[in-house]
Amino acid sequence: MGLSVRIFKKVDEFTLDVKWDTGNDLSVLFGHSGAGKSMTLQMIAGIARPDYGCISLNGKVLFDSSSAINLLPQQRSFGYVSQDPALFPHMKVRDNILYGTKGIIRAERRAMVNEMIRLLRLGGLENRLPSEISGGQKQRVALARALVRRPDALLLDEPFSALDTPIRLEMRKVLNGIRREFGIPVVLVTHDTAEACAMADRVIVYDRGSIGRTGRPGEIFADRAIRRSQKAVDVQNTQRDAHRILFCVN
Amino acid sequence: MNGSVLFSLRLYLQVALTATFFVILVGVCIAYLLARKDFRGRDLIDSLVTLPLVLPPTVTGYYLIILFGKSGLIGKHLFTLMGWNIMFTWYAAVLASFVVALPLMIKTARAAIESVDKNLINASHTLGRSEVETVFKVILPLSGRGLVAGAVLSFARAMGEFGATLMLAGNIPGRTDTMPLAIYTLANSGDRSGANIMVLIFTVISGLFLYISNRFAMRTA
Repeated sequence: MGLSVRIFKKVDEFTLDVKWDTGNDLSVLFGHSGAGKSMTLQMIAGIARPDYGCISLNGKVLFDSSSAINLLPQQRSFGYVSQDPALFPHMKVRDNILYGTKGIIRAERRAMVNEMIRLLRLGGLENRLPSEISGGQKQRVALARALVRRPDALLLDEPFSALDTPIRLEMRKVLNGIRREFGIPVVLVTHDTAEACAMADRVIVYDRGSIGRTGRPGEIFADRAIRRSQKAVDVQNTQRDAHRILFCVN
Repeated sequence: MNGSVLFSLRLYLQVALTATFFVILVGVCIAYLLARKDFRGRDLIDSLVTLPLVLPPTVTGYYLIILFGKSGLIGKHLFTLMGWNIMFTWYAAVLASFVVALPLMIKTARAAIESVDKNLINASHTLGRSEVETVFKVILPLSGRGLVAGAVLSFARAMGEFGATLMLAGNIPGRTDTMPLAIYTLANSGDRSGANIMVLIFTVISGLFLYISNRFAMRTA
């Protein structure tokens, strides 16, 4: 059960070749920009297509190059939120959330939308257009819209990176609330160490298209901190050696 | 105003409006395919449908005769099947206006559709909405301004159509003489007063339609 990802994709000089599995926990894809984190999420969601590989969710195959299976994004039950909340500018907040209720019987839609408005604290904004609300509110609407039809997993591509720190902290709380409420696999892409530490059950470190390390945030970031301090010591040693060389020369 | 003037006026509006209706219908579909689908021969289709924009209307008209004439590639089959030929009917005037106005709709609509943020289209798909639903609920409403502009341009082009219509529909008084053709006949026969009246009516009506269209386009924006 959970999400299983095996992907190979070559774009110009860049090669993405990753393999990982996750259960009903929050996995953070962590790494520098251009490491292939967002591309992975797009392929899981069905927006982009791998060259070959296999993606399955709770035992259901979504993509398998060997059997030519490639379900459309509409046939994959993911909630997908990116850095750009991508709210439909011509629809009010309520209509944006309502747009995500495909597959829910008409009589239940209103109740589901109201539930999302309550859960994501959007009360009072229902009749506003996206252009009339703040960045944090837009991301909450995008989350509400992605979650309203109760997806089987949630994919978040740096959804809070464009927000100010206080709003980002608030959004983390919102996301923790969602995790408790839904109990589904969540994959969060970030290059923010603090965010990864605060949110992750497991960290998958991406390094130029492949997986560097996988582990609990404590393990991953303790090692990184040691390496960083080692690097600082090396720099100090280099500077000291440089001073010695200069002293000798003079 | 005598009967022939009224007939030409009515026919002229009827032809321009009918052609524009089909231009919008077909133009938006072709523009969508060109903007959103990657298929072999896309550039060729793009060039073919844009060709009437650069060809003299008489050349376009000539091609239409080759295609839809009684012994034309399509025309002969139509005649065999239905015993009917489009040449020298008001439908021919609609077809001529349609073909010359279509590129304007396609060009404008394609640019409008391409300008819709891809993230919004992806969001719609990941929310479980089909391609058709995405077209009607996201793409068309967000490219509405460009579509209206394309429709206005196409209507203006259809209103001013002369050359291809003359080739395909002829200039038969009481049957296919739309207003621009009737003015041509009056001017050629030396009936200056008749031509003056027609030109004045033509200019006022064309100006009025453009004014209304522009107002509507501004409101839509």
